[in-house]
Amino acid sequence: MSDTEPTSAPQEETPSVSRRGLLGLFGAGAAGAAVGFAGGAAAVGAAMSSASASVSGAGSAASSYAFYGMHQAGITTPAQDRLHFAAFDVDASLDREGLIELLTDWTNAAARLSQGLDVEEGGAVGGSDYAPPADTGEAQGLPAAGLTLTFGFGPGIFEDASGADRFGLASRRPPELAPLPRFQGDALEPARTGGDLCIQACADDPQVAVHAIRNLSRIAFGRATLRWSQLGFGRTSSTSTAQATPRNLFGFKDGTANVKAEETDVVDEQVWVAESDGPAWMAGGSYLVARRIRMIIENWDRVQLGEQEMLVGRSKGEGAPLSGGTEFTEPDFEAEGATGAPLIDTNAHVRLAHSSNNNGARMLRRGYNFVDGNDELGRLDAGLFFLSFQRSPQQFIDIQMSLATDGLNEYLKHVGSAIFAVPGGVSEGEFVGQKLFA
Amino acid sequence: MTRRALAASVAVTALTALTLTGCVAKADLAQAIGVDITDDGCAVAVDTAPAGAVTFALENNGTEVNEFEILADDKLRIVGEKENVTPGQQVDFTAQLEPGTYYTACKFQQVGAPVGLAEFTVTGEASTVSSGEQELSDQAVTEYLAYVRSQTSELLPLVQEFADAYKAGDDETARSLFAAARVPYERIEPTAEAFGDLDPKIDFREVDAVADGLEWTGFHRIEKDLWAPQPGDLNSDGQDALKGWAPSTPEERTAYAEGLVADVTELHELVTDESFSVGLADISNGAIALLDEVASGKITGEEDWWSGTDLSDFAANVQGAGVAFGAVRPLAESKGDEGTELAAEIDEQFAALEAELAKYGSLEEGFVNYSELTDADKKALSDQVNALAEPLSQLTATVLGV
Repeated sequence: MSDTEPTSAPQEETPSVSRRGLLGLFGAGAAGAAVGFAGGAAAVGAAMSSASASVSGAGSAASSYAFYGMHQAGITTPAQDRLHFAAFDVDASLDREGLIELLTDWTNAAARLSQGLDVEEGGAVGGSDYAPPADTGEAQGLPAAGLTLTFGFGPGIFEDASGADRFGLASRRPPELAPLPRFQGDALEPARTGGDLCIQACADDPQVAVHAIRNLSRIAFGRATLRWSQLGFGRTSSTSTAQATPRNLFGFKDGTANVKAEETDVVDEQVWVAESDGPAWMAGGSYLVARRIRMIIENWDRVQLGEQEMLVGRSKGEGAPLSGGTEFTEPDFEAEGATGAPLIDTNAHVRLAHSSNNNGARMLRRGYNFVDGNDELGRLDAGLFFLSFQRSPQQFIDIQMSLATDGLNEYLKHVGSAIFAVPGGVSEGEFVGQKLFA
Repeated sequence: MTRRALAASVAVTALTALTLTGCVAKADLAQAIGVDITDDGCAVAVDTAPAGAVTFALENNGTEVNEFEILADDKLRIVGEKENVTPGQQVDFTAQLEPGTYYTACKFQQVGAPVGLAEFTVTGEASTVSSGEQELSDQAVTEYLAYVRSQTSELLPLVQEFADAYKAGDDETARSLFAAARVPYERIEPTAEAFGDLDPKIDFREVDAVADGLEWTGFHRIEKDLWAPQPGDLNSDGQDALKGWAPSTPEERTAYAEGLVADVTELHELVTDESFSVGLADISNGAIALLDEVASGKITGEEDWWSGTDLSDFAANVQGAGVAFGAVRPLAESKGDEGTELAAEIDEQFAALEAELAKYGSLEEGFVNYSELTDADKKALSDQVNALAEPLSQLTATVLGV
């Protein structure tokens, strides 16, 4: 896919394009593997070379990612530091044509924003003195900051609350795009749950991410309105082997065993919807699960270190599995201590969540820490805004079901939840999700 | 009106003298006139300028926030103003001025009487436009001016009847007249707001009057007597509603009733005076400002806090915006496809908003109390206000073609 070429920068090197991928963790059909590998490699190449294109080389703040490509950006892209995620309800008056117009307007704006440009020509200060500026202006002078904008469709696009097929899309609904079942620890608030459309804005500068959501929301007035939105201030997962593993608000490294962009075979196996999976419009796309997980951190902070590590199944400092080794050592769930008890507790998070406990299912996690002020009891309204991309929502469902006995649940409350079908990438001249309407 | 609405009205007044001058090149703004703002002074470097875009380079050398104003020759009507000039701040402010006599002044702490009032003469030729456009422009002004005058004419007797009932202690009658008496006012509120201190006297809410240190008078003062709070009730800012408030005595009732009648009478006289006119931008910006009123005050239910008659004000604001838009629509439509499309989009969104409002009543039959609306109802209204306000906010630039 030539469209996945970076907008700038020669590709002098594509480091570790497939360092892990070549190990062939998963076998795949020959044809599928070839196609998938090409796509994955191009995506990684784009990510790597544009990051290395930053003038100083000191950080990724100056880099930009291609908006057009085989897959939408913001999935295997190395997780940026900041997030603004927005879920929208489509207005009652919106029809199919209006929805297409909205997606077209969003696509055009997103293509510009992701390159560090104003939302449209003229922008923040170049227009008439007697009209509100087209761009809200707070990103003037800021670089693209690695901004990616990723769009998804919620179940309501295919069938609204009253069961109506408003956009003539019901026949194209993937069977997988169903409301998630009820899980242990669910205390979902309707105002933080669901949504017909979503936009994930990730950037290394929070102002850039917020600017994008603000302007895209403004474009949608009269067609779609914000249902809920979430800021994330620190990534909790790494999606590239080039990134260090960050920590969540429990103070533990999170996402050590995450699917990484460089593992192209795994990405194809676990993240991208294959053409053979159907429906055709979802090829190259993924399913996105968003969960606002409140952490009762005040209680957690009173838990003894040993118990914290036992609940997680990893050491708090290094992040190594309690069965021994270093961070990236595979956990040995059979290993027993002197008393004959397993070194990794039977209810430890790492055991229950591990692919070996879930028929090989993994997810590409892209979550962010959040703190939204405090509650009425004086506790921080803090937690993990969990985002995962997977080839099928069943991967998330299976793993989340396994976590029913997770000892961490005592300190967690799932207050928001949503699922979206994220279509494949956009080619220049197309709008995002165009194949859905073809 | 709300504090935010007052700020919004600046956008309206800043363009009062603007007519169809065409595009103003940024380079023309280079020769700025220095204004040295101090706590007790307002020194404008020169006292004359050629007609067109006149730029003032404001510098606040005082100790408190200040405001720069350009007043019409009646020293009352604000032709342009720049609020919130903070100590040490340097900021440019541009006004479109037609030939004539004006007054410049500052407003220390943004309240009270103008400081350093000085005559300012604008020379040269009045701007001209092509005859087709001029005709449409004249027509718009004539039409809207007539509308404003008709509304203050309607307002007078309604307010008189309402005030009489209140003064006589016939609260039941007064309550039944409250919403309807406000309707003509709400339809033309941005015009009233252009007369500096008149709108605060007529329409300030308690929390805003307290915040601005003004004596609280007008519709909302009377409203609180008519729908008196119970112990434990809160004002819209969460303060105890009984704090600093007591039911008006008969003497106070007389003063508030007669004051309101006097203020709306003054408004009527001002707008019916033959020297009063409005600019094209006043009209389109008035439509925008009315929607801002709805979005900021009505949708939150803060406007008619005690009576709950917000939807009546809401509908009147929307109607007034519709009339203002209607007056400039032919001009917008004369600006090519872009203008035609904008007008069509605004028409469509007005219709949708009116339909949404009609779910809750009508001006003729009355509306449900605002407290009966659910959050979902309010969000639906808010969504539709936003849907209309976005295209409407483009109207001035389109109408002026700049």
